Amino acid sequence: MTGQPIAATAHKVKRAEKPERRFLFSPWHLVLIPIVVVMLVPLVWMLVTSLQTLGETRVYPPTLVPHSLQWRNYSDVLRLAPFGQWFLNTTIVTVAVVIGNLLLCSLAGYAFARIKFFGREVVFLLVLATLMIPFQVVMIPTFLIVRRLGLIDTLGALIVPNLAQAFGIFLLRQFFRTLPIELEEAARIDGASRLGVLFKIVLPLSGPALATLAVITFLWTWNDFLWPLITIYSPSHYTLQLGLTTFQGAHQTVMNLLMAANVMSIVPVLLLFFIAQRYFIRGIATTGLKG
Amino acid sequence: MADITFDHVTKSFSETVFALDDLTLHVPDGQFLILVGPSGCGKTTALRIVAGLERPTTGDVRIGEVSMHGVSPRDRDIAMVFQNYALYPHMTVFKNLAFGLKERRTPKDEIKRRVGEVSAMLGLDELLKRRPAQLSGGQRQRVAMGRALVREPKAFLMDEPLSNLDAKLRVQMRAELKRIHQQLGITTIYVTHDQVEAMTLGERVVVMSAGKAQQIGTPQDVYRKPANLFVAGFIGSPAMNLLRGTVSGGRVVAGDLSFPCGEVGTQDVVVGIRPDCMSPLTDGRPTVEFQVDVVEPLGEQVVVHGSVAGSNVQSGAEEVEEIPLAIEGSRAAVTAVFEATREPAPGDRLSLGVTPERIHLFDAHTGDVIEGRDGWGAR
Repeated sequence: MTGQPIAATAHKVKRAEKPERRFLFSPWHLVLIPIVVVMLVPLVWMLVTSLQTLGETRVYPPTLVPHSLQWRNYSDVLRLAPFGQWFLNTTIVTVAVVIGNLLLCSLAGYAFARIKFFGREVVFLLVLATLMIPFQVVMIPTFLIVRRLGLIDTLGALIVPNLAQAFGIFLLRQFFRTLPIELEEAARIDGASRLGVLFKIVLPLSGPALATLAVITFLWTWNDFLWPLITIYSPSHYTLQLGLTTFQGAHQTVMNLLMAANVMSIVPVLLLFFIAQRYFIRGIATTGLKG
Repeated sequence: MADITFDHVTKSFSETVFALDDLTLHVPDGQFLILVGPSGCGKTTALRIVAGLERPTTGDVRIGEVSMHGVSPRDRDIAMVFQNYALYPHMTVFKNLAFGLKERRTPKDEIKRRVGEVSAMLGLDELLKRRPAQLSGGQRQRVAMGRALVREPKAFLMDEPLSNLDAKLRVQMRAELKRIHQQLGITTIYVTHDQVEAMTLGERVVVMSAGKAQQIGTPQDVYRKPANLFVAGFIGSPAMNLLRGTVSGGRVVAGDLSFPCGEVGTQDVVVGIRPDCMSPLTDGRPTVEFQVDVVEPLGEQVVVHGSVAGSNVQSGAEEVEEIPLAIEGSRAAVTAVFEATREPAPGDRLSLGVTPERIHLFDAHTGDVIEGRDGWGAR
């Protein structure tokens, strides 16, 4: 057995290298550090502005260090606007859309991945083709359909048209095709139905793909502005993104309150991103490669 | 428990490519049947058609006299063991074993009892809480077997279940499989490309090539009485020596080997000699002059590769990657196996006696065996 000592040495070498690598300076840092600064400045500026007085926000050149911390901006936002209601609306819409996408895209993606039916490839290509149509083109027809359904100015208008997306179907189909088909065959012989195979075998093994889809859908829905703008009129049905515009008037913008509201609205997004960034980044990478 | 019938089953993936070509076969209840052949011969396709994972293009498969046309895999009550085991990676061993029972709504305590029995039989008790990733190859293989056994199905289908094990474990599991089959007596169709597995495990062997059953018979039959050149070349290790021969005046002549053969309806024949029918004893038997190239001692026996005068014939069962020994134009490669009492050296010239009763004769044009020769080809 000569293999063992060699493997052991290799392991040792690796371990010795590790701490060294941690402090290693790479020329890439010269590029990456400025990029990080550029990405962080708007966030910091938003945070700072949200803690300034209205007067301070109008000083030119802008100050990046506030003289006092105006925490009351946050309570003002909650007092002056139905911020809690908007937060709840956005949460309801986002959760419903995420669940809808996970369920419906799984079903469609599995059918496209594994079930042989007449015209499967053509239908799948059509689904993919819809990815190339910009939202602005389908906005008005979708509006007309949603109005026909009597959903205008309800949260349903935000949920129903977004319950399944071509992107999600594509993402899950690609992932399902990478799973070993023998598992599904074994389950079918073991007595599982098609749906049983999907829910008991395929989905439990698709964690990364489902997490990716959930995070991406969450971000899209949470941050969507244009579609709520044209379908929602009553302030009680506003989403966060719509609500934020109420701090922005034709003649003046209450910048400190707007930024305070902004900070509160991105907290869930940031939280989700930190929890799921592993999946998120891998997911983006997969969608780029597996096509 | 049920018998399985292939009734003129054909499977084609395109107009010209036939994975299965008119296969008709009956597997009696309780039999251990082996489908053996080189890769791409259609043996796995045949198995998948029984499982319901593929539909036959024409023909029908019956399990227990019931046509399986349009019957989904879950309703066939068969169990299959896959080559890569196909264990559910997200489930524990217990759940893997119980999955099929759960899907069939077996009561909970019944599931527990049967999983308990099977895991005891296969020595899996200690592993029930582990996941497949935490098991060794042999353990995974046993779980895959257990998942099939626990269902108590009408028939087992096994697709090269031992091919991912190392050689020692494979021999062990082979014996284990045979024991389980003797114990339970459940109809089994077993696919393999390994002719040793086919010979040792099967009660009946189907040698397949190009989607067709070349020969169906007991392991002894296909070894002793190969029906054609393909079976002759495929079954047996080292492979049968095949030499080109001609018939004239009631005698077969192949190089310097010559023996009487009686009436044979053709002039061009192939002479087939198993390596173990050639030995340095010369007791009046027909002999060939043999030049030794390579000697492989195997303890009791010695395998000797070399050449004789004449030319080889391809059986069609040769592995593509097989490298022929460097033989001059007018000579044929021959392998002999005999007792190690006389170990020759490379370069030696020997006179090898050939047991005449065990020479096989094939028609060089059709490849079929020439039968009806008094006492020839059979022992």
